[in-house]
Amino acid sequence: MREISFRDALKEALREEMERDERVFLLGEDIADPFGSAYKVTLGLSPIFGTDRVIQTPISELGFTGAAVGAAITGMRPVVELMYIDFSTFAMDALANQAAKMHYMSGGQAKVPMVLRSQGGPGRSSAAQHAQSLEAWFHHVPGLLVAMPSTPYDAKGLLKTAIRLDDPVVFIEQKLLYNMTGPVPEEEYTIPFGVADVKREGSDCTVVATSMAVVKALRAADLLAKEGISLEVVDPRTLFPLDIDTIVASVKKTSRLVISHEAPERGGFAAEVAAQVADKAFGYIDAPIQRVCAPSVPPPFARNMEDYIMVDEHKIADRVRKLVRGEI
Amino acid sequence: MDMEQEAPPKDLSREQLLAMYRRMRLIRGFENTAQKRFEAGEIGGFLHLSQGQEAVPVGTCTALRPDDYITSTHRGHGDIIAKGCEVNYMFAELYGRTTGYCKGKGGSMHIADFSQGIIGANGIVSGGLPISTGAGLSAKMRGTGQVAVCFFGDGSTAEGGFHEAMNLASLWQVPTIFVCQNNLYGLSQPWHASAYKCELSRRAQSYNIPACCVDGMDAIAVYRAAREAVDRARTGGGPSFIEAKTYRFLGHYVGDPALYMPPEERAAWRERDAIVKLGSQLRGWGYLTEEEDEAMGASVETELQAGLEFAQSSPIPASEAALDDLYVHFDYAGNPK
Repeated sequence: MREISFRDALKEALREEMERDERVFLLGEDIADPFGSAYKVTLGLSPIFGTDRVIQTPISELGFTGAAVGAAITGMRPVVELMYIDFSTFAMDALANQAAKMHYMSGGQAKVPMVLRSQGGPGRSSAAQHAQSLEAWFHHVPGLLVAMPSTPYDAKGLLKTAIRLDDPVVFIEQKLLYNMTGPVPEEEYTIPFGVADVKREGSDCTVVATSMAVVKALRAADLLAKEGISLEVVDPRTLFPLDIDTIVASVKKTSRLVISHEAPERGGFAAEVAAQVADKAFGYIDAPIQRVCAPSVPPPFARNMEDYIMVDEHKIADRVRKLVRGEI
Repeated sequence: MDMEQEAPPKDLSREQLLAMYRRMRLIRGFENTAQKRFEAGEIGGFLHLSQGQEAVPVGTCTALRPDDYITSTHRGHGDIIAKGCEVNYMFAELYGRTTGYCKGKGGSMHIADFSQGIIGANGIVSGGLPISTGAGLSAKMRGTGQVAVCFFGDGSTAEGGFHEAMNLASLWQVPTIFVCQNNLYGLSQPWHASAYKCELSRRAQSYNIPACCVDGMDAIAVYRAAREAVDRARTGGGPSFIEAKTYRFLGHYVGDPALYMPPEERAAWRERDAIVKLGSQLRGWGYLTEEEDEAMGASVETELQAGLEFAQSSPIPASEAALDDLYVHFDYAGNPK
């Protein structure tokens, strides 16, 4: 199978869905050529579809995210690009009070088929206002769906599904993933929301990881394999809806669970997974459920400090090693 | 009165004017009734009333097509009835019944009827401004000739969403009409203490949006301003801004004694009641006899009473219906439908 980058996989999804459905359009800051967006996902789309469908906006996150809500409830299917998820603070009313609530508070009348794409995460010394991992905010709001792909294949399939759903989706990318390559078929496919993917099968411990933490967990699995420890890596792909059944099945097999994400540990997605597993598989767990996440501080600038807070394969491997040896 | 010398308008038929008058009375009656039922403890939550402001939505909506969009606010009963909502389903929503426009999930602040282009009242001050800009963008992209009217209050105009929406609507030249119901108070904050020497129409003009200021106690004047804006929007002329100077006869919500509103100010605006004015004009033009006026009042009362009884006798939703209608494709727990 051909291999393409995470960035190109997303671009293909956008292009195919715009070709398939004329109601789909893009809006966001600096997304038209020649700049083609901060991480170049939309580069090349405005020459194909024109700037009437690849609408480059002023720096006005509340305005254009709210406008996307208005367009979505009146028959269009906007895909918003929010340059950095840190800027979602400005767009939060449109997302949390409007998009998330419209279907519910109208008694099921309104449909809000919009996608808000954004990217987050540390790793490029982007510091406290350009490197946060804020998925827990959106995950917490009833009415939003949250997707966090970790591979080019998942990125394309999930984004195509997100665009076709009639519910608002927050689609979170990671800035270090854009250049990563992986197999993506030429032919059409989509990936349903709420279906986890077992990225690696193993028998000694389950790691549930999201986004960039999946990449780190797979590296940890390689390290541990050399020591005879077999790691199973489960990627939920969508935080909500969550495929808890696949996670529980994995934990029942391995009897140990580590949950890893780049977001701060306190109040994060991992806590939700831990609670659900404790509820559904308590009798199957042989060791305390562990979280390998960022400490609850903002992303620092200096490279060494950023490395210190970031999840990596060694942190995951160390924790798994201790769990398997009964040291925790 | 000099009104009797005034010629009847040429741009509105007798039928249209009578319909406007009746609609304004229906709104007033709806809110008076809702207030009584709220005070009697039959309606919960908040009740933000708009008595005094009826000419603004009715004048505006008289210039609209059935498929045009409106957004409204927490003080939205008048806007919504003006666009065509029926009082029986409105009352039912206020009573939290299954027959309400939102099946009891929205209540007073969130009434929507998408079948009539009422894409939502909004509990967030300025929440409707970006949304109506997007609805205008959508209409423009789909080429339907629809327009979107955004009703909002003076209290919105210090919010970032107001300025972002004005800028985008102007930049994109969308068919959105911003109708500011300047009732002089954002809750208790007087308009003059919210912005320094501001005239809202000039604020809109700074975004290169055609803007005017009309007497919001004159339904015909509001209609004319709206007519011009709607015609401009439908023919590709982009957004418009209308400031309608009006007044909230009562407090911010039922239960607010409005101690911050000077009694003489309140009395002066009461003297300018738009419903009284239009009724007087209609009689002056020979469009309405005293008897017809009374008969209209009785028919409004009958409609309201029937609507109220409809609501009171409608089923209470099952409590677990709280879990429905969160997603189109999934139940609230995330299981596919």
